[in-house]
Amino acid sequence: MNTPEPATVRAVAVSKIFNPHKANQVDALIDVDLTVEPGELVSLIGPSGCGKSTLLRLIANLIEPTSGDLTVNGKSARQARLDQDYGMAFQQAGLFEWRTVARNIELPLELRKWSKADRRARASEMLELVKLGEFAHHHPWELSGGMQQRVAIARALSFRPRMLLMDEPFGALDEMTREHMQAELLRICSETGTTVVFVTHSIPEAVYLSNRVVVMSPRPGRIVRVVDVPLGRRDDDTRESAEFFKKITEVREALRGIEGGGDPRSADVERLRSAGGDFR
Amino acid sequence: MMTRARLGTRAAQIGPPLVVAGVLIGLWEAFVRARDIEPFLLPAPSLIWDQFWAFDDKIWEATKVSGTNALVGLVIGTAAGVLGALVASRFRLFRDMALPVAAALNTMPIIALAPMFNNMFSSTSPVPRRLVVTIVVFFPVFLNVIKGLTQVDATHVELMRSYASNDSHVLRKLRLPNALPFLFTSLKIAASLAVIAAVVAEYFGGAQNGLGSRITSAVSNSANGRAWAYVVAACALGLTFYLVSLVLERLAMPWQAKRRGAT
Repeated sequence: MNTPEPATVRAVAVSKIFNPHKANQVDALIDVDLTVEPGELVSLIGPSGCGKSTLLRLIANLIEPTSGDLTVNGKSARQARLDQDYGMAFQQAGLFEWRTVARNIELPLELRKWSKADRRARASEMLELVKLGEFAHHHPWELSGGMQQRVAIARALSFRPRMLLMDEPFGALDEMTREHMQAELLRICSETGTTVVFVTHSIPEAVYLSNRVVVMSPRPGRIVRVVDVPLGRRDDDTRESAEFFKKITEVREALRGIEGGGDPRSADVERLRSAGGDFR
Repeated sequence: MMTRARLGTRAAQIGPPLVVAGVLIGLWEAFVRARDIEPFLLPAPSLIWDQFWAFDDKIWEATKVSGTNALVGLVIGTAAGVLGALVASRFRLFRDMALPVAAALNTMPIIALAPMFNNMFSSTSPVPRRLVVTIVVFFPVFLNVIKGLTQVDATHVELMRSYASNDSHVLRKLRLPNALPFLFTSLKIAASLAVIAAVVAEYFGGAQNGLGSRITSAVSNSANGRAWAYVVAACALGLTFYLVSLVLERLAMPWQAKRRGAT
């Protein structure tokens, strides 16, 4: 075995421009610098159009940057994807409905040509991790939204990547399920030592989960502030602690700063606040 | 194994349509008797029934001939449709060119080509009928399977990319399973179309051994009851094709049946 190399994202002056030099040009990201250290949980937050999902997709190498330097685990993002250095989870659980829960988790292992016995063993191990052991042979539609999302996380972690990239994975869940899933994610990450980059538009979620919250602003998408969240070990009391609310206020004010920044289109923040209640 | 409760729901599903069919046949019989309708206008169901069993050997022979033509055309047309869709989904340029043409041809009454095909082959050849069936079957299968292969969930595509999977992985693990429901939707349509095409194609001459040619010759001999007996056989053949494709669908996609049962 090689000595494990630290799972790190390092983005230097990364920009992403869609449809360059055309009428519908979009400056999705301009000059973004970001470093994620091994074992960290970093949230990307901001109003729609701030490029948080774009940044995540750049790290995942689902799209290529227009300019700048982006390395994952010390290699190019493309090489990291080819080496499957990360697992990914989306807002939609994205389970294959023709596969059982266990066989959904086995999918990435099949592609890596694992033997059937090894796949079985790992899938049941992962199902225990997300506490869905008895649902191995169910089909996705028989599960609630929260359970499907847990299967998606189990699938993303099945080949033990050192990094997990998550794009609003709990966005479609109700508040109770969401808080439960956040606690589960933290438990799983502390058990597995996984590094996480987490896109969200919920301030409490970002603060509760993260070591650092990266606040982004739209048009052009850029990082306006990074809020450190040294809250220590999280539990249910954390959500009611004074420091937790202080950090929520800090992130909220950073987001308000965007609003006051004179960009007329940042009315998105206002819309999000009234619609989702996430920007309380 | 079927539980008692499931047998009960099955009976509840099948019962009402059977009752409706029975009532309609009863009304038909009563109408023909009450109004004393001539058999050459509309024979009573009882007469058709008698004729059916009087000619059951010949009906069975004719059903085998037309059924074979329909089956051969259905298999070849489905295979060609799936292969065509695989090629078309792989090459965007080809798809952009082929799709509008296929959609236009799909609206054409392909059965109208039967007389021309009859001229191309010998008068006893089954090939013209099978050719008509093949073409009739090809288009719905081709168009539906292309949809199934290309209309894949965007999240699934990103997921497969994140797994560093190549085109063959994406085809086998994502596009093909995604296309299965589309294939069987088109197969259920194509199975009925195949029987219709095989029978109707015989109306335009050629070999005189299938259900269609028996129907036309019975009618021209004023043997109306017998003609209707052959029509009954054609209905049964069409229904059989449809039911077999339903069973195949269940076998190929057990999760779909389970899902429908659950909701």
